[in-house]
Amino acid sequence: MTPDAIVAHVTRLLPGATAAPADLVRGQAVVLVPREGILAGLRRLRDDPDLSFDLLSDLTCVDYLGREPRFEIVYQLSSLAWRHRLRLKVPVPGHDPTVASVTPLWRAADWAEREVYDLFGITFTGHPDLRRILLYPEFEGHPLRKDYPVDRRHPLVPERDPIVQPWLPRREGR
Amino acid sequence: MERAPGMMMPARFEETDRGESDVMEIQMGPSHPASHGTIKFNLRLDGETILDVDVEIGYLHRGFEKMCEQGTWNHCIPYADRLNYASPILNNVGFALAVEALAGIECPERAQYIRVIGGEISRITDHLTCLGMAASEIGAISAGFYMIEARELLYDLVEAITGARLTVTYCRLGGVVKDLPSDMRERTTAALGHTRHVMDDCEKLLARNRIFLDRMSGVGVIPRAQALDAGLTGPLLRATGVSYDVRKAYPYLLYDRFDFDVPIGTSGDNLDRFNVRFAEIRQSMRIVEQAMAQLPDGPIIADDPRFVLPPKPQVYGSIEGLMNHFKLVIEGQKVPPGEVYTCTEGGNGELGFYLVSDGSGRPYRVRVRPPCFYAMGALGEMLKGAMVADIITTFGQINMIGGECDR
Repeated sequence: MTPDAIVAHVTRLLPGATAAPADLVRGQAVVLVPREGILAGLRRLRDDPDLSFDLLSDLTCVDYLGREPRFEIVYQLSSLAWRHRLRLKVPVPGHDPTVASVTPLWRAADWAEREVYDLFGITFTGHPDLRRILLYPEFEGHPLRKDYPVDRRHPLVPERDPIVQPWLPRREGR
Repeated sequence: MERAPGMMMPARFEETDRGESDVMEIQMGPSHPASHGTIKFNLRLDGETILDVDVEIGYLHRGFEKMCEQGTWNHCIPYADRLNYASPILNNVGFALAVEALAGIECPERAQYIRVIGGEISRITDHLTCLGMAASEIGAISAGFYMIEARELLYDLVEAITGARLTVTYCRLGGVVKDLPSDMRERTTAALGHTRHVMDDCEKLLARNRIFLDRMSGVGVIPRAQALDAGLTGPLLRATGVSYDVRKAYPYLLYDRFDFDVPIGTSGDNLDRFNVRFAEIRQSMRIVEQAMAQLPDGPIIADDPRFVLPPKPQVYGSIEGLMNHFKLVIEGQKVPPGEVYTCTEGGNGELGFYLVSDGSGRPYRVRVRPPCFYAMGALGEMLKGAMVADIITTFGQINMIGGECDR
């Protein structure tokens, strides 16, 4: 399907989905979807025979500080069978940065969501094991947020005794 | 096993009734001599059998994405070298293509050929690194050294093209920074000829080597459906029998002009991954040879003063050139607002760049889709039930490059 046909099909399938402004997407298929019912919506896109997005290429986030909703979760979907792609964007408000986890649909989302949690502080409800992945557990703040200063220094963390405490306890989502 | 008071396990480790046997908890890494890459495995072992493993990454996190937001678009190119430092030109090309798609720059044909040649040479060095290390880690030291020797010859070629072995910083928006050396044809023929010999030798050393086959086949298996589910791409996915190569699926640059095959495996074990990479080296050599034969004359960078630095004689000889240079260096390239996701076939799979521009001279957001990050996410699944020694071969075939995985 051409990008336009994909966008038309997806906006028909998902209630509340809108096409992204055409002048900003360089001819690629991009759809904005409200975060309510995102899990069911993505399941529909994955299982629809005309779309069959079997590969979650990437999952990331963009912080549009000063704009509301502040965050956008970005899903890069890809179909190996049809050789087409779709980018799905879910706006998430800054005062309540939570969104449903899509780990039940693609296991690839497991680490990708942990990374977004780590670097942006978005909480994915229903994620089996949401903890920091690239940074260490004592790290404070979420560095890819636009209001995180690039030159901020962190104190050294006390050394852990690997025998007494081989793994750090899982932190509850903050 | 009794737990020390206050000790908690990550949620992934479920207590299982192991009867009489003792479960041993061992941390392998972060700096283990047999794992080339800084990474930690938190293992739960029953004897030598892995019951469960929690893979810890992030030891090489340098804030690539945050740093890219600080400079201009051209400032990101040296950072992109340092993603997958076994195949830096491929990262350069991937990033440059993404920015060009966003800015709407057309790259001259000769520059596209040069990118293909440099990229495929880099893919060969990437695969040779992976295979040579994998072979020597399980005792086939001579095969490892032969491959590293071939890699050195190709690095010489990379050095002749770019001026550096690893930190190449070769691409620019709209083209490449230097033309190929005048004796490129002879150098390429010599280097590829030697690499062919090495590949033949290594095939003889390994293809019927009992120890090698026993260590590789049937180890680290991941079925096709699970591989797709986990987001594997590149040689790891192709080893399971899925013929997905970005160069064929979404042709970019000039890949639709070259005749090459996409090798695939059947069972998705380490041997298949090894064989797929091995066969890909030969295919990449075919592409380099075809590209060298077709290489046209012409400019190597687009003539577009909005994005491309003017040639130095103009900068030093005319006020317009000087102003253009200063505006581009200080304010950056004003890429129009918008966003784009483009992917290329990196050494380890689909290397994607998701870029957002707000119209200023600096990137608003640069996101890399690192192929081995997703492969590392599936590593725990591949290792469950295997032996401790299998970690080495499986991790070797994942070919984690810390710079790319941790960014």
